[in-house]
Amino acid sequence: MSWLIRGARVLGGEPTDLLLDDERIADVGRRISSRGATVTDADGLLALPGLVDLHTHLREPGREDAETVETGTQAAALGGFTAVHAMANTDPVADTAGVVEQVWRLGREAGYADVRPVGAVTMDLAGERLAELGAMTDSAATVRVFSDDGRCVSDAVLMRRALEYVKAFDGVIAQHAQEPRLTEGAQMNEGELAGRLGLRGWPSVAEEAIVARDVLLAAHVQSRLHVCHVSTRGSVEIIRLAKERGFPVTAEVTPHHLALTEDLAATYDPRYKVNPPLRRADDVAALRVGLADGTIDAVATDHAPHPVEDKDCEWDAAAFGMLGLETALSVVQETMVDTGLLDWAGVADRMSARPARIGRCDGSHGRPLAAGESANLVLVDPAASRVIDSRELASLSRNTPYEGMTLPGRVVATFLRGRPTVLDGKLA
Amino acid sequence: MSTPAQHERLAAEFGGRQVLDERDIARALTRIAHEIVERNKGADDLVVLGIPTRGVPLAHRFAACIADAEGVSVPAGSLDVTMYRDDLRLRPARALEHTDIPAGGVDGRVVVLVDDVLFSGRTIRAALTAVEDVGRPRAVRLAVLVDRGHRELPIRADHVGKNLPTSMRESVKVMLQEVDGRDAVVIAEEQP
Amino acid sequence: MKDHLLSAADLSRDDAILVLDTSAEMAQLTEGRSVKKLPTLRGRAVVNLFFEDSTRTRTSFELAAKRLSADVVNFSAKGSSVSKGESLKDTALTLEAMGADCVVVRHWASGAPHRLAYSGWIRSSVVNAGDGTHEHPTQAILDAYTLRKHLGSVDGRRITIVGDVLHSRVARSNVLLLATLGAEVTLVAPPTLLPVGVEHWPCQTSYDLDSVLVKADAVMMLRVQRERMNAAFFPSAREYSRRYGLDARRFALLPDDAVVLHPGPMNRGMEITAEVADSDRSVIVEQVTNGVYVRMAVLYLLLAGGRE
Ligand SMILES: [Zn+2]
Repeated sequence: MSWLIRGARVLGGEPTDLLLDDERIADVGRRISSRGATVTDADGLLALPGLVDLHTHLREPGREDAETVETGTQAAALGGFTAVHAMANTDPVADTAGVVEQVWRLGREAGYADVRPVGAVTMDLAGERLAELGAMTDSAATVRVFSDDGRCVSDAVLMRRALEYVKAFDGVIAQHAQEPRLTEGAQMNEGELAGRLGLRGWPSVAEEAIVARDVLLAAHVQSRLHVCHVSTRGSVEIIRLAKERGFPVTAEVTPHHLALTEDLAATYDPRYKVNPPLRRADDVAALRVGLADGTIDAVATDHAPHPVEDKDCEWDAAAFGMLGLETALSVVQETMVDTGLLDWAGVADRMSARPARIGRCDGSHGRPLAAGESANLVLVDPAASRVIDSRELASLSRNTPYEGMTLPGRVVATFLRGRPTVLDGKLA
Repeated sequence: MSTPAQHERLAAEFGGRQVLDERDIARALTRIAHEIVERNKGADDLVVLGIPTRGVPLAHRFAACIADAEGVSVPAGSLDVTMYRDDLRLRPARALEHTDIPAGGVDGRVVVLVDDVLFSGRTIRAALTAVEDVGRPRAVRLAVLVDRGHRELPIRADHVGKNLPTSMRESVKVMLQEVDGRDAVVIAEEQP
Repeated sequence: MKDHLLSAADLSRDDAILVLDTSAEMAQLTEGRSVKKLPTLRGRAVVNLFFEDSTRTRTSFELAAKRLSADVVNFSAKGSSVSKGESLKDTALTLEAMGADCVVVRHWASGAPHRLAYSGWIRSSVVNAGDGTHEHPTQAILDAYTLRKHLGSVDGRRITIVGDVLHSRVARSNVLLLATLGAEVTLVAPPTLLPVGVEHWPCQTSYDLDSVLVKADAVMMLRVQRERMNAAFFPSAREYSRRYGLDARRFALLPDDAVVLHPGPMNRGMEITAEVADSDRSVIVEQVTNGVYVRMAVLYLLLAGGRE
């Protein structure tokens, strides 16, 4: 089945028609004749390449009460994503070829977005022995990104070896930068507010110390380091310096760290409890500038579903994490586009092209919307706005920090290899 | 007697009419003080407890009056009944007034409760319970400056300065030098 | 006053004075009386919900509620559904179903009383009886009450709080309440035991106890757990008490009319010597008595009236 999209503004440019045929973009231009294709009117809509998330927790296997590959990828499609990188901290941990192939296959069967499993760096995320990184690479899942996310590879020697080892297959180590001793029992950003609320502080330096060490290690062994969810001004500065020196470093920021600040913790409502913690307005400003100037390469959701009972409790007892897939583009529009920091071409670069390149998505994702490319794209109505209601989310979980907030923009349609996964803002 | 000018000022302040002036009040208090002593066959064992706010200065005036006439000192104090009220939940919690029981206590004595206006009787009901928690008096009597009627409980005063038949729509305002800067009793129409 | 008492910051200056005045009346209404019970909260149910052991605080609230004729239910983490892992939410829903009018909560997690009050699980008033390392507002009120009794007024007085401020809910509530009442508060502790951002609190800080004591109208010693030395907050118990403990020599530095407070339970020989704790200027035992009056006042003001 072929689709003709009429009058979409590619990357915010002039209205153009796009003809999708047989998994590919067959033609881009003015007044393309329908030739029997299903016509969809995209007047006033933006066309962006399908979004690629470098950091998604799909929770399957192990916590199917929080999310499954199917519901998580449905949420992804509704958020405009065509590929997601599924983090390894499942149960069992994705530290073998068997687990990553299972997750990859579940993604194929669901069919809402390509699932690119992330392999664990160490066995059982224990930070002691390397997992079989090569076997995961050679599996059907073709893993390229490795991460112990949720935990930091804090042992300097182990981190060095991991960086060195993945050079053999162009892999990347995605580090969750959190010095464990400096963050024992930590609950929120360390500062005056944490002191007043009596919540144990999570100092910026706990992140920055690891980022600093790892960029130096990456330079030393000349291997690719990717810094997950950068949250502080100091981290942005270290990464900027590393890039100026030509170190092989990339970084991501989450939508919530672009939008929200630690002040929300004063409610003691665990929906605002996240790892790394929400920081201060000064950090948020630095992250936005860093994303705009390219110091930070990508926006990654760190979509972290949790069942109600893990959030409807005391702050200290609650799980870390927030939903992100279905609100990411809106948050980026609000914080980066509507503020003039980034244009839509920039958004496509940070949410599609660069993350696809970091994840080595082999030419099918993160490509320009041009004839001959894979037909992965999203149509967005930037003039729309919506009030976030967690009950309407496709995710199995409800832990969005944006409940009740009005956010700009709406994903109208998502196409995965020429087939709609979302039409009229609903799952197709 | 108050001057016509004072009359007018009061009327302007409360939109009402003055029914007792300073001299009327003084006369009434002196009479009640004598009644109390007469009824008690002397001033021994008396304890005068005023109910805040305006019952308290009245209690002290009675005590002074009796002391003048009988040459004995009568212990006077205050008894806040807020904690014993039956209408607490009808309003947000209110600040407590001071309770000050004279050193000798009330056990075996005759307690004279003093209030400015006797109306529904609920304040006195609360005061009777409050006295019970302080000790066991031989008898409790009630003296009020004004009885305006409309009782909701079977309570009556032993000593009344002035019976003032009023309608429910009217309010009776007692003013005392110690609290309000002058002595007067005024009746006003309740604001609708 | 608000519907809940979660933080000393919930009290405006007028509120704080109202609570202190009411506490004084409560003392007046019960001290030396044959009948210590007031009928005010008859028919109201107060639940003591304790997720953390504290016999002294629980007993104080229990006595306060009973003196006001409230029905009191003790719901403790030990020997109840709580220890079997029932969540705060389910416990709250149970209390709501039972018709609790007020929940007095002690919890190991900072903010748990806040969650109870604002999550919509229950409609009753919530009183924070100590949450994690956050606050313990009724302790601060009883300290202020005790200080007012001895110093006349707290306004303009110099109050020194010494010890493990970082982990102390008592210190947090005291700084807030005493500042509201116009006192000049100075926190004294090793830098490791002062929270990050303390410079924004409405108080002074110092690392040198001797220089602060000579000008103090009152000194409050906080409990310091010996185990803190294992987490490198200080090198040893001995060094801690030498630098920050209140012993006879330091006690002599205090002005003659200054008083010594301690929220209890004391670590004699650690933050305070027995000699000082038992001296006639120590008001530590009196604090316990005053705790009941203060909690009566809080329960009265929160529960006796109708909700606005
Ligand atoms: Zn992470």
